[in-house]
Amino acid sequence: MSAHAIDADYNFGYLDEQTKRMIRRALLKAVAIPGYQVPFGSREMPLARGWGTGGIQITAALIGPEDKLKVIDQGADDTTNAVSIRRFFARVAGVETTEKTNEATLIQTRHRVPEYPLSKGQILVYQVPQPEPLRKIESSEVETRKMHAWSEYGAMHVRLYEDIARYGRVATSYSYPVMVNDRYVMSPTPIPKFDNPKMDNMPALQLFGAGREKRIYAVPPFTKVKSLDFDDYPFEVQKWDEPCALCGARDSYLDEVITDDRGGRMFVCSDSSYCEDRREAGHVGIQIDWAKDQAYLDPNADEAK
Amino acid sequence: MYVAVKGGEAAILATHDLIAEERRGDRSVPEVTTAQLSEQMKLATARVMNEGSLYDPSLAALALKQAQGDSIEAAFLVRAYRTTLPRFGSTRPLDTSEMAIRRRISATYKDLPGGQVLGPTYDYTHRLFDFALMAEGETAPAAPIASDPLEPHMPRVPDILGDEGLMEAEVPPDGDPAPFDLTRDPIQFPADRDTRLQTLSRGDEGFLLGLAYSVQRGFGGNHPFAGEIRMGEVPVRFKSEELGFEIELGDITLTECQMVNQFQGSKDKPPQFTRGYGLVFGHAERKSMSMAILDRSLKNREFGESVDYPAQDEEFVLYHSDNVEAAGFVEHLKLPHYVDFQGELELIRKIRKEFDERQSEQKAEKAGEAA
Amino acid sequence: MSVAPLIQGFSDPILGSQAIFRSILDAMAHPGTIGAIDDSICGTPKDIPLAAAACLLTLIDYDTPVWLAPEFMSMRSWLAFHTGAPDAASIDQTRFALVSAQSSSPAVTDFPKGDDRYPDLSATIIVVCTSLQGGRPIRLKGPGIESEKIISPQGLHEAFWTDVRANNSQFPLGSDIILVAGHELIALPRSITCEEIG
Repeated sequence: MSAHAIDADYNFGYLDEQTKRMIRRALLKAVAIPGYQVPFGSREMPLARGWGTGGIQITAALIGPEDKLKVIDQGADDTTNAVSIRRFFARVAGVETTEKTNEATLIQTRHRVPEYPLSKGQILVYQVPQPEPLRKIESSEVETRKMHAWSEYGAMHVRLYEDIARYGRVATSYSYPVMVNDRYVMSPTPIPKFDNPKMDNMPALQLFGAGREKRIYAVPPFTKVKSLDFDDYPFEVQKWDEPCALCGARDSYLDEVITDDRGGRMFVCSDSSYCEDRREAGHVGIQIDWAKDQAYLDPNADEAK
Repeated sequence: MYVAVKGGEAAILATHDLIAEERRGDRSVPEVTTAQLSEQMKLATARVMNEGSLYDPSLAALALKQAQGDSIEAAFLVRAYRTTLPRFGSTRPLDTSEMAIRRRISATYKDLPGGQVLGPTYDYTHRLFDFALMAEGETAPAAPIASDPLEPHMPRVPDILGDEGLMEAEVPPDGDPAPFDLTRDPIQFPADRDTRLQTLSRGDEGFLLGLAYSVQRGFGGNHPFAGEIRMGEVPVRFKSEELGFEIELGDITLTECQMVNQFQGSKDKPPQFTRGYGLVFGHAERKSMSMAILDRSLKNREFGESVDYPAQDEEFVLYHSDNVEAAGFVEHLKLPHYVDFQGELELIRKIRKEFDERQSEQKAEKAGEAA
Repeated sequence: MSVAPLIQGFSDPILGSQAIFRSILDAMAHPGTIGAIDDSICGTPKDIPLAAAACLLTLIDYDTPVWLAPEFMSMRSWLAFHTGAPDAASIDQTRFALVSAQSSSPAVTDFPKGDDRYPDLSATIIVVCTSLQGGRPIRLKGPGIESEKIISPQGLHEAFWTDVRANNSQFPLGSDIILVAGHELIALPRSITCEEIG
């Protein structure tokens, strides 16, 4: 995709310069204290609270004319929220946008880490609804601040262990808590636990913005990120019995698509760009004919095959 | 090559057109003007100004028009706009004792200097439809002008009690520091009173009302006295550092409520009344009263009271009163969550399978024992 | 009025500060990596390294009290003119500091280190070195560093690395340091460990 004409009614990146400085200072402290939640003066944005305003403010404080921006929601570039946020930055920063993970300098995401490994120099900005991993255990911010200050994470382990006693496993499939740099327990935002291992020692810089809750946190590149677990119940990720129906991938996170009301379903990659690349490279999934019949795929593209 | 069908962008653009059409409604009906809204829907614009944290009746009217009368959506529009406005400085503190009073009532004294000024209110109306309004046959009677002007001196009721030493004094914190600014800094707990009052003032009227009601009814055990409610115009002044003198920017309409609460004393402090304070834009008595009740219930730390009820829990009240934040987070559930849901599906299927296996094992064991 | 304010700040305040911030963020995310700032991006008062001036212009404003070591007081009016940042009333009030690498007082540990609930309420200290290369080698490890990173800044006083170790041993409390010389910078966040080699 190409660069866009910039909207002259707003400052570059929408935020005023004083606000950007405030966010930039918070970002530097966040990077210096991996996993610690820095309070910041989150501004009102023209998009709703809970719809990515934290991530948007971080991206706005970072973005420059040299950047190439990718925005995903649920792993896909074409979901409503991703489209809306990409349009916003095209309008207020005029930057080039892309769907290719490896071309992007900045990736703003909701709920997924892309399947392609990220590389040094890239920045991944997560939209965070609830930055406090201890909130389900303790409602009070005064108390959770103390728990982090004194590394009092026993209650979190108890909660996970109660799951094991009850269900034989930790019954948390997303927002699975991690320990960052052996110091802070951190919420990895609602990414599926499938993505947790990607956060560990990632070469890219990971930044997290919670607009409504007014918190910023970070994981620097090459930083230890460990999912909480127990020696006798090690952390494990989701697995599927079948590959992606469109591209045949067996290593990606899959979305379930309901195909009829009689129990029919198929599984497809949640990372739409990854899936598309694989199909371009000639990989074919098992239900490709079905999908074509159902117009799930663009019939016009058939000729190019 | 296969390409998954993509229609996101076109579909989103179409929603913009559809909502614009919906907003306009039947085109044979004349379009409502923002001047009509700001003149004839004053209580609605007041609510938008309060929850949007910006005193601008005409922008509040525009917001209401654009939002089809949805006050939370309107407050959101106002907030998103106000955050882009340049900031020249802070005004001088307002002095509500110099308010040009249009309404002023006290429930604690039958009569007092300045008297009871009933002013414009629905309080004493019978809630019966005026069908003439529907027929647009309104013949608005001009209100009669009183024979005598109001007394210029209208002391505030808590000040009267204060002169007698019976009212908790309002003392600024040491050094009278610049107040916290809710629009620029995150709330931190424990929250000081400036933080609490600002949050309550922009808080959702319905949420504040419900909590204030809970305090009175059974979750707070407080029945305060409406010491005074006053509404009218107050001048706003600004002192420019460059010019070195004060200028008057104009008047704004405010409603102020001072609640007088049951006395309180300790070993070293004499018993005295305590205050709850509410101050809001425009004519908004219900909001100012709710705010005043909650200001008092949140003063528990200052008075060494225990926190037993929701309205006394400052994190609960302050974190959840902002309706723009609350609406955003509740409504974000409309966004796709299929990645997380897939995780939950995978997990519940696995746990369910294990559960069923255990059940059938147990059944088989029981059958074996029985045999 | 001194001549200092006549020296230009950013040639483009919006994109200039954006570009410099990305350099600082990149340096903070990759401790030990030398970042370079484009010479044409902003002006700088005489005897003040470009990187120091650029970092301050980018990060400070009315909300951030600044502490300048006596040898850098010559830039005070320039800084106030372009940023509006107030002088820190005391070392305890400092959010940003500019100090010389040769001076052992105040030590990096004298500046605010935050408190255990809010360790972010700490200072960022810009330390002016003679060069960021050619000095005694120091090995860095920690977040942002793949295995280890060797740096060799010059002109630091004798106890500097002892002070940094004392600062970083308080993690998550502590100040964060940016070493500068000319148009180059190296960030030393409190999260890393440092060790003198040989």
